[in-house]
Amino acid sequence: MDAILFLLFAAIAVICAVNLVVQTHPISSALSLVGVMGALAALYLLLGGEFIAAAQLIVYAGAIMVLFIFVIMLLNAGAEHKALKKSWVKFAGIPLLVALLGLVSFLVQTLIPQTVGVNFGGFTHGTALDVGRALFTAYLLPFEVTSVLILIAILGAIVLARKEID
Amino acid sequence: MNFFILSLIKAAAVAAVLMTTLAYLQWIERKVIAHIQLRVGPRRVGPHGLLQPLADVIKLLTKEDMLPSHVNKVFYFLAPFVAVTFALIAIAVIPFGPEINIGPVHTAMQLTDINIGVLFILGLSGMGVYGVALAGWASNNKYSLIGGLRSSAQMISYELPMAMAIAAPLLMLNTLSFRELVNGQAGYYLGFIPRWVVFQGPFPQILSFLLFLIAAFAETNRIPFDLPEAENELVAGFHTEYSSMKFAAFFMAEYANMITVSCVGTLLFLGGWQPLFPAEYGSNFLPSLIFVIGGLTCLYHGFHPARPFDRITLPIAGVVFLGIAAAFAAPVIGPILVPLFWFASKVGIILFLYIWVRGTLPRFRYDQLMRFAWTFLFPVAVANLLITGLLVALTA
Repeated sequence: MDAILFLLFAAIAVICAVNLVVQTHPISSALSLVGVMGALAALYLLLGGEFIAAAQLIVYAGAIMVLFIFVIMLLNAGAEHKALKKSWVKFAGIPLLVALLGLVSFLVQTLIPQTVGVNFGGFTHGTALDVGRALFTAYLLPFEVTSVLILIAILGAIVLARKEID
Repeated sequence: MNFFILSLIKAAAVAAVLMTTLAYLQWIERKVIAHIQLRVGPRRVGPHGLLQPLADVIKLLTKEDMLPSHVNKVFYFLAPFVAVTFALIAIAVIPFGPEINIGPVHTAMQLTDINIGVLFILGLSGMGVYGVALAGWASNNKYSLIGGLRSSAQMISYELPMAMAIAAPLLMLNTLSFRELVNGQAGYYLGFIPRWVVFQGPFPQILSFLLFLIAAFAETNRIPFDLPEAENELVAGFHTEYSSMKFAAFFMAEYANMITVSCVGTLLFLGGWQPLFPAEYGSNFLPSLIFVIGGLTCLYHGFHPARPFDRITLPIAGVVFLGIAAAFAAPVIGPILVPLFWFASKVGIILFLYIWVRGTLPRFRYDQLMRFAWTFLFPVAVANLLITGLLVALTA
């Protein structure tokens, strides 16, 4: 059952990711990204990271992507025009892509040492309680530093976006 | 496989009740608003217009399904589907009553009890924005687009204070599962004040409840926050170009969201199915008492009719009410129905509040709406959460 669900949501994630690149209209691409986020949330849930799954859904699929779509709608961005393709790109593109992916996966498999494999239901520390405890004890410093970083980013955005008033 | 069959039965029951409530909520809304405005409301179809929802469904199903020529077809069709799907899924994690035994079967009055239930609801409410935003954009119409943009900005803005207001009771009860939240609100202070979050200290949680209610009104796009479909400026906002069942899907999504939000408010702040006063003062007999009084009143007026028609209808209603009263007092199904009565009455009160507000308040202007969210509601929600968290940490 776990394996079937994993394959289903992994397939959805991959299809949405490919669609994200293939689509010419920004809204279609953004919605494909929402699909990827949603499928990832389901994968986290399958692996036992239930809090991460909920956070993924609320923060990424919910808040951030809505802002993306909001901006795309506000700017009224139209469909992109595809650049004229050269003939060798059409024929060599997909084989080269497959070769690149094969090379990357080969390198990852050989260079990164084999650790314990992940199995469904093996991870049981994904509850909100465990995540909260880890954030406020073991990872307190990175957590606080990240908060400050995000605050600086927000301030920077305000400074950049503010109109100069004469 | 037993689990599978049980889940199917429960899903069918919940879906049936939800759909009926959706249809009749709209009838109740029309009736209540009519009475607020000194009208009588729908009363042509069936007694007191009781079959009006059915007539509306038939009307919506048989109406011509217009497809405007200038829309983006894929997203135009996708939008109502997205809106109604995410609105209806949310009911899956709402518990309606305690765990019960029917013969050998032990089950909870809930479709599924997940330990991130509250977060699940928040996530779904965030996803619900897409339906409205896409509908506004795909319609390719300036009113629709403005409606969709307003809606997405409004829902993002009000989601923050709502999450902050929800976090306060979560801090106090220390769980994210709706069932445990309700179980944590069982019992009474001094023997008669219920331990619902709304009555709890140390920092008065009624403030969280009010913040939650305000944000919930905005999240569901209801008056006074219904800017996305403000008739007098935007025709009908994001669903201007939708007709027939696609329009009905948005309508269903709005009412399903209202029901979900009312359920969440009940579970988090009003103690779910916990009664208002303890069983030793007879809280289990209150539903029977109410229905007996209602039934006897109907019977009395049936035998002393003001209009000739009442001679037939009122005794029937009286007998039905007495039957419901008997069901509440019956040995086996009574204990199952009484928690449902408490849950439904609290949800009903919040839903009535929605309708009441719609009948009385005017609409905000858009800049007022945004200023209210960011300069008043959000800071108050943050302060409320900080003080509550501090006091919980000090008293724990």
